[in-house]
Amino acid sequence: MQSLIDWVLSFQNPWLTEPIVRLLSHLVFAPIVAVAAPAALIILTWLERKIIGRIQNRLGPNRAGPFGLFQAFADMVKMFTKEDITPANADRIIYNMAPGLGVISSIMTFAVIPFVPGFLGADLNVGLLYIVAIGGLGTLAILMAGWSSNNKYSLLGAFRVVAMMLTYEIPMVMTLIVVTMAAGSMSMAAVVEAQSGMWNVVTLPLAFVIFFMAGVAEVGRSPFDLIEAESEIIAGFHTEYSGIKFGMFMIAEYVHMFALSFFAAVLFFGGWQVPFVDVSSWSGPIGSILGLISLLIKVFSFVFVMMWLRGTLPRFRIDHLQNFGWKFLVPVSLFLVIVVAVVIRMFAPGSDVSVAGPLSGLVPFGEWVALLVANVLVVVVSLFVVSRVARSSQDKGLRAVAAIEGVSAK
Amino acid sequence: MMPIPLSWWLTVSAALFSIGVYGALSRKNAIGILMGIELVLNAVNINLVAFWRYIAPTDISGQVFAIIVITVAAAEAAVGLAIIIALYRRRQTAVVDDLDLLKN
Amino acid sequence: MPFDPSQIPIVQIVFFVMTACAIGGAIGVVSSPNLFHSALYLVLSLFGVAGYYVLLSAGFLAVVQLMVYVGAIAILILFAIMFARRLMGQGENQNNQQWWLSLPIVMILFAVLVGVVNTVSWPVSGAEPTGDTVMELGHAFLGSYLIPFEVVSILLSVALIGGIFLAREKVEAEEA
Repeated sequence: MQSLIDWVLSFQNPWLTEPIVRLLSHLVFAPIVAVAAPAALIILTWLERKIIGRIQNRLGPNRAGPFGLFQAFADMVKMFTKEDITPANADRIIYNMAPGLGVISSIMTFAVIPFVPGFLGADLNVGLLYIVAIGGLGTLAILMAGWSSNNKYSLLGAFRVVAMMLTYEIPMVMTLIVVTMAAGSMSMAAVVEAQSGMWNVVTLPLAFVIFFMAGVAEVGRSPFDLIEAESEIIAGFHTEYSGIKFGMFMIAEYVHMFALSFFAAVLFFGGWQVPFVDVSSWSGPIGSILGLISLLIKVFSFVFVMMWLRGTLPRFRIDHLQNFGWKFLVPVSLFLVIVVAVVIRMFAPGSDVSVAGPLSGLVPFGEWVALLVANVLVVVVSLFVVSRVARSSQDKGLRAVAAIEGVSAK
Repeated sequence: MMPIPLSWWLTVSAALFSIGVYGALSRKNAIGILMGIELVLNAVNINLVAFWRYIAPTDISGQVFAIIVITVAAAEAAVGLAIIIALYRRRQTAVVDDLDLLKN
Repeated sequence: MPFDPSQIPIVQIVFFVMTACAIGGAIGVVSSPNLFHSALYLVLSLFGVAGYYVLLSAGFLAVVQLMVYVGAIAILILFAIMFARRLMGQGENQNNQQWWLSLPIVMILFAVLVGVVNTVSWPVSGAEPTGDTVMELGHAFLGSYLIPFEVVSILLSVALIGGIFLAREKVEAEEA
């Protein structure tokens, strides 16, 4: 971004003073990012249909265009031309506001993603918190849609969303805290920089797993798609929506999923970094392009994993979901935060804190190994506790599962 | 220099405070009263942050106070709503005028 | 004379937009006859306040405001309203009998506050905030403000447990 501004300034054009160039760069790049995210929807829906089709032994769309690539356009035309219905007893203003708010909140998350070295919308020093804060707006949109439709299935869907989002936001924030501690900053760019030695996924695998699970739940995709469980509550919060407003909820969902993939790649897989190559030191656009390609490969891998999950896993039951969130993910993530904090403090150099940690001489390899060991330890201890609790539980079913697991473990 | 004088912030905060007090005094419904109180707490926070920014920007205390106020507001909302829900279960109403008995 | 965007009073414009959000939202909160709309106006108002924090260069606080107020408190209030639809008393008058008395009292209060604000000469310092506020906040919370921090965390735990205890459905007691 800065290099581009410098390049334009080098023309010495009297009209292009620095503030104007800066303003123009924002005016140009913000719409590009904001439009690119929903435009990716075209690829995403096509990919999803193809992948789910393959998993289910079908071909997927193959009529419109080569390989069915234009299926998304056909769908779009269908959606635009459908009748736009507002239920008679709906709360009209809120009903019409909700889809827009949903799309806006999912696009706003892209403001803090570092796409290539030195290029991101806003390098907030609270970038990680910003993600969580904007996520709250998405919840609000769903709540508004569910309530204003004046339909009991919509309302039930909205209830489920709130219950689920509140549950899974806690482990997600905890893993973000872990990442913050590892990077020493809440800025997304700094998190990527901090992973230049080793990606977070290697040193903090448990944090990544919890983040991804909680993230999939936040997005409301299978196996956590109770929001719109067709067999239980018709289509959940968007039961009453049709035409373009329904399409906007679809856009919001896919953009949200895309954003989650970006976050997973940036926070745990080194963002634009390429393994063993220091892209940021390359001058010129080649380093940036390579970084962007690296980031997009990671992002689409996550997208694929999410579609794969949808194709293979059955849906959770709502009480199982809540139990899993509150009784397993929340305690484990809290425990992880404490353990990681202790490890990082042990390796802290004296310049960061008043007294240097006792193991600060072993940075960085010692720290990486220690973090990895700590993560594995937390997994082992928590699974051990769960199996003990299950075995001594009054619930026959739980005891049976624990017994089977014990057998297979031997 | 600061493009906005401190008194603007304080005036806005006073307006928010007064509206919140009005909400808490005039609403019949317990949730309405709770929302009024949230507005009052926000007005206080604007004041704290504005004073921090304009009078002691090198000392972080203003923000510390504001964060503690936000935390207390969160606790207050949680307990307040829990009380309202419990009351609603028992008495089928959240109108504070109807809740004038200590027994049943 | 080239056009200079730094001459646009951007800060003032943002301030007035945010004021419209915050004050307009607040008036909606206390005047809307529909409680659900009130809660949504509350979100608007809180959003405006978050914008104020950005203008006051307290970015961390702005994000916390969005996270705690919009992401948690407002959603909790909406949830409570949805949970008990009859709570709203839709179509009824939402004001109690003393609202006509509280209106002039509040107006006098506002007049007094504005009077005080504009007569006192505040010792404004021209200094800019220094350093990384997030880090400074962390040091303050684990340093000179350690005890308030711990007290607040205990308060939160107590509120959590108390909230669960109060709102829990006592099935046997209900049936009796």
